Parts: sequence; structure tokens; C-alpha cells
Amino acid sequence: MRNEWRGFKGTHWTNDINVRDFIQSNYTPYDGGEEFLAGPTEATDKLWGRLQELQKEERAKGGVLECETEVVSSLTAYGPGYIDESMKDLEQVVGIQTDKPLKRAFMPYGGIKMAQQAAETYGYNVNKKYDQIFNEYHKTHNQAVFDAYTDEMKVARHTHIITGLPDTYGRGRIVGDYRRVALYGVDYLIEKKKDDLQVLGHGDMTENIIRQREEVADQIKALKGLKEMAQIYGYDISGPAKNAKEAVQWLYFGYLSAVKTQNGAAMSVGRISTFLDIYINRDLTEGTITESEAQELIDHLVLKFRMVKFARIPSYNQLFSGDPVWATLEMAGIGMDGRHMVTKNDYRFLHTLENMGPSPEPNLTVLYSSALPENFKKYAAKISVTTSSIQYENDDVMKPIWGDDYSICCCVSATETGKEIQFFGARANLAKALLYAINGGKDEKHLDKAGKHMQCGPEIAPITSEYLDYDEVIKKYDLMLDWLAGLYVNILNLIHYMHDKYYYEASEMALIDTDVRRTFATGIAGFSHVIDSLCAIKYAKVKCIRDDQGVVTGFETTGDFPRYGNDDDRADEIGVWLLKTFLTKIRKYDTYRNSEPTTSILTITSNVVYGKATGATPDGREAYKPFAPGASPSYGAEKNGLLASLNSVAKIPYEFALDGISNTQTINPTALGHDLDEQKTNLVNVMDGYFDRGAHHLNVNIFGIEKLKDAMEHPEKPEYANFTIRVSGYAVKFIDLTREQQEDVISRTCHETM
Amino acid sequence: MEMEEKLIEPVEIRGRIHSTESFGSVDGPGVRYIIFLKGCNLRCRYCHNPDTWDPETADLRTAGEILDVAERYHSYWRNGGGITVSGGEPLLQIDFLLELFRQAKERGINTCIDTALQPFTREEPFFSKFAVLMQLTDLLLVDIKHIDPEAQKKLTGYTNENMLDGMRYLSEIKKPIWIRHVLVPGYTDDDDALKRTRAFIETLDNVEKIEVLPYHTLGAYKWKELGREYPLEGVEPPTKERVANAERILRGE
Repeated sequence: MRNEWRGFKGTHWTNDINVRDFIQSNYTPYDGGEEFLAGPTEATDKLWGRLQELQKEERAKGGVLECETEVVSSLTAYGPGYIDESMKDLEQVVGIQTDKPLKRAFMPYGGIKMAQQAAETYGYNVNKKYDQIFNEYHKTHNQAVFDAYTDEMKVARHTHIITGLPDTYGRGRIVGDYRRVALYGVDYLIEKKKDDLQVLGHGDMTENIIRQREEVADQIKALKGLKEMAQIYGYDISGPAKNAKEAVQWLYFGYLSAVKTQNGAAMSVGRISTFLDIYINRDLTEGTITESEAQELIDHLVLKFRMVKFARIPSYNQLFSGDPVWATLEMAGIGMDGRHMVTKNDYRFLHTLENMGPSPEPNLTVLYSSALPENFKKYAAKISVTTSSIQYENDDVMKPIWGDDYSICCCVSATETGKEIQFFGARANLAKALLYAINGGKDEKHLDKAGKHMQCGPEIAPITSEYLDYDEVIKKYDLMLDWLAGLYVNILNLIHYMHDKYYYEASEMALIDTDVRRTFATGIAGFSHVIDSLCAIKYAKVKCIRDDQGVVTGFETTGDFPRYGNDDDRADEIGVWLLKTFLTKIRKYDTYRNSEPTTSILTITSNVVYGKATGATPDGREAYKPFAPGASPSYGAEKNGLLASLNSVAKIPYEFALDGISNTQTINPTALGHDLDEQKTNLVNVMDGYFDRGAHHLNVNIFGIEKLKDAMEHPEKPEYANFTIRVSGYAVKFIDLTREQQEDVISRTCHETM
Repeated sequence: MEMEEKLIEPVEIRGRIHSTESFGSVDGPGVRYIIFLKGCNLRCRYCHNPDTWDPETADLRTAGEILDVAERYHSYWRNGGGITVSGGEPLLQIDFLLELFRQAKERGINTCIDTALQPFTREEPFFSKFAVLMQLTDLLLVDIKHIDPEAQKKLTGYTNENMLDGMRYLSEIKKPIWIRHVLVPGYTDDDDALKRTRAFIETLDNVEKIEVLPYHTLGAYKWKELGREYPLEGVEPPTKERVANAERILRGE
């Protein structure tokens, strides 16, 4: 065996690219507690201190420290950059996106217009020559999509029945297997891709084969670029990493190559914790590293993830508030052989939130099972109680689908690492679709030039009765969902075709198997409002209020009706029906590159934008008010406490929403127990109970509403500089949210003590 | 017409229920489903649930109905969780409690009573029923209002001899209890009374935990809603130092 692999066991992974086999053959499960952890080193304190100063400057400048205007980002566009030139020797892990920390790169391939607009928003002007280069000499993704859109697609975008589409930003959600760089070195990866190219196709040059051959050639180029990029920092990464420090650095270079070339909505890191533990463990055994040095390595790697930034346009920031990049990174989980995969490194990653304080990035995700070691569950719960910075996803429901080496590629969606990618597809607004069913496809908000309600959906006969009849509404809703599903799939097909053509993710795809599986991730917005509205129609009396054009723009609902979020089967079963119905309709259509259709109930912070575009709904939600996020129950609907709410969400079958079911809960610390010990024990009880019921995801916030209100009014207080909260599928610094979104977060249910 | 044969069903005992909560995290071990019963004779001046005093306006529910709902939360009860009956004073509905806990034990549910022991007496018929109930009860959270009989009478309307006797009885039968003491500045927080309370606690050998609950004003609005004057208007919650002091004394640290 090669010297770099000394001490490692197993054979499959040595003959082929197979990181999973390497992990399973070599990792050491850890059952102990947190006692072994080391505090921050002096170097960590200094670097994090400097980065916090930079973040403060960034905030003072309106959210962006500096934008590139001259250089098009690429793997080798810049010389080396550091957090602080004078402290560069302290950095155990090197490499940043541009030449200066927090400076945002110029990335025009997704859309030149957006790249220019993003810079202009913050007072920078991109060199005019790029206008000509990317408009006249070459096309970018965004332009290509709009060239091909049909009129119907443009109207659907305009009314926001489908919104948040990755046609004005990079689709992201592709996780390279960055571990491969460390385990094999780049030369071997190039060699393997060359082998693939040799045998790709049977000689007939079909469109698929031609495209794929070009893509693999691009991947090989990207790998060569990756090597050059590392050389700029003085590293030769052609061979495998020899020790933990190199493994961390090699892996990080792999990730850096992705974020230098793509500004995808989500740029996840993947399942790296257990992998890196193997290297650290070997160094600890060989006596070449101390625990303090091991923690420093992880702290500095995390520092780098905390620095990833992209230049975004205002409409993107409205969808995904708080400047997220979804550098999602997983811990724990259970292996296929039944051994848990908690290692000391999982503790080290969580411990970064203690050593360097709370932070929204990386998006630390615990792959949860009640069968994880009690010590680890309690430590994770403690970190939740003290930082509200981590999320939990149910390994017990994901493992049967994705195996034991999947990564979360965005907020909550799984893909098998190095084997799969996802075509991200935003969301369809099912609450608006319900209004279309009532109004015969007319949009309740948007008017055409003549002042008439726009005809967006098919012109089916509108409902004309004063009171809504459940059966009539359902029949028309079904027709409307048929139309919406078809249009939605077609829009996504078009977008992803163009993304592959004009903004292909060569650096990430180079670290994924050539024969890749793809999922086609649709999504649902307005979930809780559709359920509650249908319940209102079924169990109470809903009177339509029509405007002078006869379009229903309001409702008067009288009488009680069950609501989603109370463990009431009458409501919850409608939710299950809605999900299954929608996905079944999506599945009828052909999807781009034979990808497998999935869906999600996950809105990120776009619940505010979706709500803004949607008129009043029969559940009593006022016009243009925010939706509840993801699969969370509507604001004020939960009348039976936290567990009843969790039970409702847990009834949604994950098999029908493989792209994720996001639930965010805010619990007052006093409602969890008197002291930290009680609080972490009870949080574990809650999560055991919730996930054992087959629920998929939980964002846990532990604080009271008073703290949020104070932070909104006094963002300048030092204690709020890093105050992190979980929103649907990711974490943000609360003070980085727009006022509107802060108010939205405050208005959500907080489970208080009695 | 065909006659339907019907057996006559006996009337099942129903509890007078104020409300329920699916997620109780501080009223007994683990996560607990809490059933608040209506009716209480005490008139604690700091009571934060005065709306539970009156037994007349209540939901009437059978033990089976309550347990069917409670069991929906079974998966959260891993670390010793279960149901807690609170109030009001739950022992005022001892016949219902007997039925509720008998059925709970048939279903394997951990049971807990949150009580001030105000109805306790060694007289019949209460005493025999209580003895049976204790066989069905895993833990009691017992509230010591005040160690001094007269001071307690001023605070709650009742002296405390029978309640202290109830604790002695529980000690005799080795039934585990958690002792709770609400700390109200100027009413229940003087060191001398706390030390005497400690001396009493030391005579018991069934005490698993001693909790000091800082008085809070969250229930004040309920007094106003009920058209009553709030007797502790102007009394502030105790400081952290006073709470720590009380804990130290009561725990004998």
C-alpha cells in the first residue's frame, strides 16, 4: 500500500474510487462524552477575532465588504489570499475565494445581468468590457433561459404561482465528493476520468453521448485547474494526503474549487466529519498531533466555511435572506452494518460553536436516530440550547433510501455522496393554485394592462356560488394542479438544460462518478394554508367576497374547523393527500436527463415572498401576509402545544417528499426545563419521540420572543453580533434578516412554559 | 321491526378537567402529558391558576378518553416520562384519580400527582382510597406552602398539619416525592421558616428532589379576568440570589 495510506484497512477503496468503503473499513465509533475536547488555541482566537472585525465592517457597509469588478472568477484568477496577510502563518488551512477576505467574486456565467446588478446594488460597477463579452460574444445561463421561455411560463413567473426559480441564480445543490481529493490525490482522479472518457459511448454520437463527452473533458480540465489552484498556495495535491493537516487542506481545496467557479444557491460541504476523523485518529496514534492541534485544524476549516460569500441580487436576498450559502456539513448517522458513525470529530465540529461562538455557516446538521449514543445526543442538544445553530435530520428515514454515505446538498435534501446530484427546482405555490381553482385560472392579485385580472391558469369555469362546496373545490383544484404540475416540470426541464449548457459545474462534477444519478427536486409552498383552507371549506362555512370583476379576493369563514398542527387526523390527512396528489401529477411528466422526480415541503425564507404574492385564503390568512415556512403549521394554528404540532408534521410520509420536509420550532428555554441539564435531556426526549415517529427534519431554536424583539430594536448590542437562529432549512444571524423577515420570525409560534 | 338487543352500560366516572398540555417538561421525570383538574379549596394568594378553583365549569371526560389522547405522545416518554395530574387539587377527585391511574397502569404508563395534599386525612373513606391510589402512583410532587401553620393559614386559608402528616405517611410507605416550595418575597422566603422547613424535610426518607419555584406574575391577568383583585399586586419575583439561598437551605447544602 502507498505510504500515504499506511495503517488504513480495506481493499475495495484502494482499487477504485470508493470513499464509503474507506470510511466503513477505518472509522472508530466514539461513545464517550465531551470531556476530551480542547478549547481554542491562541491562533484560533486571533484569526476569529480578525474575521469578526471584518464581518463588522461588512455589516457597517450594508452587507458587502467589497465586490470584484475587474477579474472574472476562476480557479486560478487570483494569487493567494489570507484572512490577514500579517497573520497568514497562523492559518492551518489556507485558501479563500478571491484575493481578499469576504471580497465577493465576479461570476458572470449564471447571468451577466445579475452579476452586474449584484455589484451595483453595493455601489460597485463591473468593467464595461464584460457587457460586450458576455452579451455579444457569448451568452450566459439566464439569457438562454429567457430566450426559450414560452409566454405561459413568463406569466406564471410574473404571478408567482411558480417562483424562486434558479433562472436568475446558480442552481447549486451539487455536492462534489471533496474527500476524494484527500484520499486519492488529483492525479488519480484525472486518470480515472480519462478512463471514463475512453469508454464513454458506443460510437454513435447521440446528443446524450456528445454532451457527456464534452462534460467529462471539462471535468478533467477542472481537475487540472484544481491542482494549479493549490500550487498558488504552495501545495502539490497531485498525490494523496499524508496526514490529517493535509487531508483537511486537500479536501478544502476541493471545496474551494467549487465556490470559486459556482455561486449556486446552496454550496454544501458534505459528509466529511467521520472521514477526517480517520486521519486525525491515525495522527493521534502516531503521536504526530495533539488533541488541541486536531481541534485547531477543524476550527480553522470551519473558519473558512464561515467566510464563503457570493454577490447576490436583491431579489435573491428576499428569497433567501441573511446571505446564506448552505455550506451544509453532516455529523453522526448509523451505518448500514448497524454501527453508529459518531466519532470524536463530530464533537469537534459541534465544538467549533463553543470555541468560536454561534454561527449560521457551516450549516451543521446532525443525522439523528434515537439509537445514537446518549452522550452524543445530549451534547448536540446542549449545543442547540446554547447556540440554536444546528439542525437535525432523521437518519432512520433517509438511510433506507440514500444509504449511509449521503450528504445534505442544500438545507435538508439528501443525495448519495459522489454518486448523485440534484436538479433544484424551487417551489410551486399550491395556495395560489387553490385560489385559481376558485377563480377559473384568473390571478387574484396581478392585473393586466387593461386592469383585468390576468388569466394565468387554464380558463376552467370559475366557482360562482356564494358559499364554497368542498367537493366542487376539490374537483377544480385537481384540474388546476394537473396544469400546474405540467407547466412546472417543463419550466424546470428548460432551466436545467440551459444550466448544463452554459454554467456546467465542472469542478463539482469532476468529484462525482461519471455515471451519475439525478433527482428532479420540485417543491411545495403554502402547504399549511391549503390544508387549513380545505378544512375550513369542509368543516366550517366559507363565504366568497368578490370584486367588481367577479373574482374572489376575500373570504368570510364562520365556525370552527380543524387545523394542521394539532395532531388532528381530519386536518393532517388532507396534508398527506395534498402531497401525494401533487407528486403523482409531477411524476406523469418526462423529466430532464431521466432524473427522478421528488418534491419537498420546504420554503427557506421565501415563505414571505410567496405570501406577498398570494391573496387571502379561506383559512383566515390575510392577503399578502407570509405563509408559514416549509411544513410548519400556520401561525397561531397550534393550540395543543409542541408535541401535538410535531405529531402532525411527523405524519407526512418522507417517501413522498424525498427532497425534504422542513419543520422549524422555537421553544422557550424555560419550557424545556429549569437548568441546562434538564433542558438538554428534555430536548433529547422530544427528538427521540419525534424522529421515532418517522419525521424528517427539525430546526431547533431555543430562546424567548423577548430576545428577538430586543435584538430587532438593538442590533448594535455586542451580544447580538453572532446571535444565530434557525429558519426553514438553514441558519442566519438574526440581525442580518430584513425587518420584514424579523417580524415574521417574531410572529411565529414560540412554545412557552405554562 | 327487529328488536336490537342492548346491554345497559354503567355510567363511567368522569373527571372535571380544566385543560391538558402535551409537553410538560418540569412536572415530573422526562416529558409528561399534564392533566389539569378543576377544583381547589386552598386560596393561595400567589396562585397562578385561579381559574382552576371552581369545580363547576369543567370539561367532563372519562379516564379512557384522556388516556387515548395522552398515548398519542407515548413516543416522547422514553426517559421516565408519562402523565402528571395537576390542578387545582387533584386529590379532591380521588375516585376519578383511582380510575385514571388504574387504567394508566394497565397501559404501562408512568403516573405522577402534583398536589399540596390539602385533602389528606387518615380518616375514612379518604384514607383507604389514598392507600390504594398510592399503589398506582409512581411519584408525587408535593408543594409545601409554609412550614408555620398560622402563616400558611394567612397565605392559603388552611393550616398545614394534615398536609405535613400526609408527607409523613408517604415517607412511612416509602413513596417517592419531590418537594416544591414557591418562593414569594415577603411571604415564604424568610430564612428562619426555610430552616424549619429543612428540619421537617430531614425527618422524611422518601424525598428524591427539592425544587424552589420562584414566584412569577404570569398568572396575575387571570385574577383580573375572573373579576378578582390580585392580592400580591406589586410583589416582584425573587432575585436569583434569594432563589439560590432558598435552594441551599432547603437542600441542606
